[in-house]
Formats: sequence, C-alpha cells, structure tokens
Amino acid sequence: MARMKFLCDAERCIECNGCVTACKNENDVPWGVNRRRVVTVNDGMVGAEKSISVACMHCSDAPCMAVCPVDCFYKTQDGVVLHDKDLCIGCGYCFYACPFGAPQFPQAGAFGLRGKMDKCTFCAGGPEPDRSEAEYKKYGRNRLSEGKLPACAEMCSTKALLGGDGDVIADIYRQRVTIRGKGAEVWGWGTAYGPPKGGQAAGSKS
Amino acid sequence: MRTRTVVVAIVAALGLAALSGCGEKPQETAYKHGKYQGKPDTPPWDNAPLAYSQYVNKWNKGDEKGWTDEIKTRNKFQNEYVRIGD
Repeated sequence: MARMKFLCDAERCIECNGCVTACKNENDVPWGVNRRRVVTVNDGMVGAEKSISVACMHCSDAPCMAVCPVDCFYKTQDGVVLHDKDLCIGCGYCFYACPFGAPQFPQAGAFGLRGKMDKCTFCAGGPEPDRSEAEYKKYGRNRLSEGKLPACAEMCSTKALLGGDGDVIADIYRQRVTIRGKGAEVWGWGTAYGPPKGGQAAGSKS
Repeated sequence: MRTRTVVVAIVAALGLAALSGCGEKPQETAYKHGKYQGKPDTPPWDNAPLAYSQYVNKWNKGDEKGWTDEIKTRNKFQNEYVRIGD
C-alpha cells in the first residue's frame, strides 16, 4: 500500500514558486489562500540561502485531527489527511495546532469573517464523489483518482519537491544524495543534475 | 518447592514487564471508513483510469494493487537519473 508523503530537497529548490502556482491553478484556490508556500531562510546571504516548499505534510499522527472539535478530519488508506468542509466550523484550532501553518482560512467581509478551512489535499479531493464538480469546487482536483501525483511535485522544474509513495521518493532522494556525494555545502548545477556527461565540468553551468 | 515457584513467578513477571518496554504501539492514524463525523470517501482506485495512462500500467476499477503500481511507476518519473539517465 502506498503511503503518500512530500519531501523537499533544499539543495535543489530555487524558489521559483512553480509549485505554488501549479497548486493554485490545479485546484482553483481562492485569493488569500496558499495551500503551498516557499519559505526561504538566510535570504540574500550568498552561499547560505536555502528555500523549501511547505504545505500539509500529511502527518502520520496529525495534530489537526486531534484538536478538531467537530471531528471533520480523516485519513485515507494511502495516508492522506483530508477534511469535510461541510462539517468545518472555521474555528481555527487546526491552524494553531499545525506546525507547518497548512490550514488556511479564506477571509471575507469587513469584519474578517473566517471561512471554512482550506488546505493541501495531496490532490486527492475530499469526501464528495470522485472527479465530481462538487468535489472540485470544495477541494480542488482529484489527481490521485486519475492515477496522477500532486501537481506541485510533478511541475517542479528541478525536482526539488518530490511527492508520492514514501518508499519511492525516499529511494529517489537517497540515490540523489549518493550520486552528488556531498552534503549541504555543495550546490549548483552539478548538484542538481548529477555528474557531468561529456565535456561539461562538474558544478559548471551550461 | 513453593519458594521456587514464587521465585519463578516473580522472574517471569519481571521478564514480561521488561519485555513490555520493547513493544511499539502503532502511531499512525488508521483509516476509519465513515467513522469520523463526516461523509465517507471513496478510495482513489475505485475509479476507472483516464485515457492518458497508456504509457504506464492500467488498473481496473477497484483494483488497489493496479492503482498502486501505476502511482509507483509514475512516481519514478520524478527521478531524472532514471528518466533521462545520468
């Protein structure tokens, strides 16, 4: 059985925000809600700047599920944490509980009315008939039911963001680290795209 | 004889107590079909594949293993060492 996870390689992320855009486009996410964000540390410091793409991590023991007073969260058989928007009361407990800031609330009205919670669904929709219009409107596209993986990971240009079965992406990441053979101090073209083949020197850009 | 039985019982109890430390409770939340407050959801493999998937395996509706194989095959396309070579 697949166990869905995301993994972001900070050595590869170039802060292009392609994952954010892909997510917003694929799921028709409303303005003010970003299911996925790119966080950059040491911004502007040469050699120390790192970026990482963050969304719901679909925790094995999800704190949002634990704190929800109306029990609107559930976990699918393939390990994706989803919720039922028809039940959500917009209390915001899940937002406080989540270490990643994944649950987001659309703001509406002059008094900051908080809408129903919206978060990354691992492109797995929600508890509506799969591929239905109701599912798309509430939760976005259900790519898993189409045999596809989340749009953010599949659109990532440097493949910094890996998404899918935990065992498979761990294998990909392990092979990547083994081939580049070095730790966080080395990054650049060679690190991202492996050892040179033919006339190109290691680490040099084309 | 009785003392020996008591000693054996104590040793056995201590052994069981020590072994209980080696146990591990599952930490993952299990899927409870329709047991949470909301509506039950259908698993992703309970759908027919779309026409696009001619280049990987196809699964039949309700075929969990076929779906998992398709997802894993597609997952491996994220590895450029396999997709485009070294």
